[in-house]
Amino acid sequence: MLYKSTKNFLLTAFALIVLIPCSIVVLGTFKTDAEIYSTPLALPKEWTLNNFRTLFDSGGLITPFKNSVIVAISSVLITLILASMAAYAIARSITISGKVLFFLFTLGLAIPGQVNIIPIYVLFVKLHLNNSLLGLVLVNIALTLPISIFILTSFFKDLSREMFEAASIDGAGHWRVFRSVALPLCRPAMGATGIFLFVICWNDLLYPLMLISELSKKTLPLILIDYRGEYFSSFSMLFTAIFVASIPMVVMYLFFQRSFIAGITAGAVKG
Amino acid sequence: MASPAFAIYSFLYLYPSISNLWNSTKRWDGVTPPEFIGARNFTYLATNDDLFLNVVGNNFRFAFVVVVLQTTLSLLFATFLLKNTKTTIFLRVVYFFPTILSSVSVGLIWLFLYNPNYGLINATAKSIGLMNEPGVNWLGDGRFALYAIAITQVWFHTGQMVVIYVAGLQQIPAELYEAAEVDGASRWQQFKNITWPMALPTTAVVVAYTTIQSFRAFDLVYAMTQGGPNNASDVLVTLIYNTAFASFKFGYASAQSVLLVVTVLLITWLQRRTLRVNYGDR
Repeated sequence: MLYKSTKNFLLTAFALIVLIPCSIVVLGTFKTDAEIYSTPLALPKEWTLNNFRTLFDSGGLITPFKNSVIVAISSVLITLILASMAAYAIARSITISGKVLFFLFTLGLAIPGQVNIIPIYVLFVKLHLNNSLLGLVLVNIALTLPISIFILTSFFKDLSREMFEAASIDGAGHWRVFRSVALPLCRPAMGATGIFLFVICWNDLLYPLMLISELSKKTLPLILIDYRGEYFSSFSMLFTAIFVASIPMVVMYLFFQRSFIAGITAGAVKG
Repeated sequence: MASPAFAIYSFLYLYPSISNLWNSTKRWDGVTPPEFIGARNFTYLATNDDLFLNVVGNNFRFAFVVVVLQTTLSLLFATFLLKNTKTTIFLRVVYFFPTILSSVSVGLIWLFLYNPNYGLINATAKSIGLMNEPGVNWLGDGRFALYAIAITQVWFHTGQMVVIYVAGLQQIPAELYEAAEVDGASRWQQFKNITWPMALPTTAVVVAYTTIQSFRAFDLVYAMTQGGPNNASDVLVTLIYNTAFASFKFGYASAQSVLLVVTVLLITWLQRRTLRVNYGDR
């Protein structure tokens, strides 16, 4: 009895600890600052969209939203294509080269990507890739290739060799086997990996902070940091901006909980 | 087929990592040509730089608090949420939710909760008489800032660890618990003698992952305090960032980066070793 009630109490308490701050944000988007400060958890006295209007009228959120979408989607798609090709090559090669390649890619898992900020900065300034979305995409690809290749290689290795060999005997070349046999089979793994990558790219702050200073190229996390200074005492604006910046993730999470949890967790365990 | 990936990876990951080593032997402001100074950056870091030593200490304290709290909480909740029922699945989904938010959003949300005047934490504490005016300035007070961020980090990622633990604990054969039940073992005995030892490999993964994440921490700290007040909540990556992009000491920052890599590699090696010694090659 005691065990059961302690357990239920703790489970409910933690659920509330997670949900209360999130509800404050959602409710806050409809409130004035004064209301947020005095009664953060109460329902708004008046449901108005004024905060959204103010933010969107100033035009400040639309461009970063677009930039984030462009950067995240292109990074994820290109990484998935490149990583699946590399993983397939590694998984299927019996020669030493596959092992060496795999080792080199896994080095990237051991070395934290954060330590590359200085060389990347110097290199990108030279190549004029700072203040460019292409630059961010390239960084994202480089940073997420190791983990993606790691996850996808272990997936390809689990597929049965005979299937590939049968396709080869039927006269299919490497490319054909990859496209018609391997890729369709690994669609679920690609989906989960893609979601994992999307979360990383959508939320990254460090590299954009270092590489982007032009307002027209900023991504959502950068704009949120700007707003932190600009609207320092106006949490109604901050909460509305957080809300808008989180919508894509939340919607995806509601629809694909399983793949989300599987993807992010596999990424964590394997990384 | 691996060549496009390898080209990008070597150009934008391997090469930068290696050039870090080389840059760490330079005095360099990022503008004028670098000057070779051997290991002097490192000797200075180790002997003369109190700030660096403090920040290393901060990072270890941060990692310790996060690892202990997050691992304990996630193991506890995972044992509660082990069976797959509608309620447990729902709770896992709720607990996991913060993981999908960005560090910046989480940081800003907690900036509100920690606000000394109207933040939820102080307001609640004051209303039930636990705190007097003017209230604790959690993020503005050097004694608390680092730990306040650590708590936020725990809020952020405990759900993810719960999911990892649940996956690990579900591998434990149910017969073990049934046998223990028959022998009249209490819940605590079952936990101590079955769950804990059987979950050790998962614990190793969770602890190593959390430790490494703590040494990679940047976004949350930057969003909440930017390392302040007076570097009280600075961690290694925020320090490296500031050394390079606020003080323009590129060579010195590279030396700090090299030490960060060494730390992370050591942790990874320790984890692999622990797993191999206790559980064979996995």
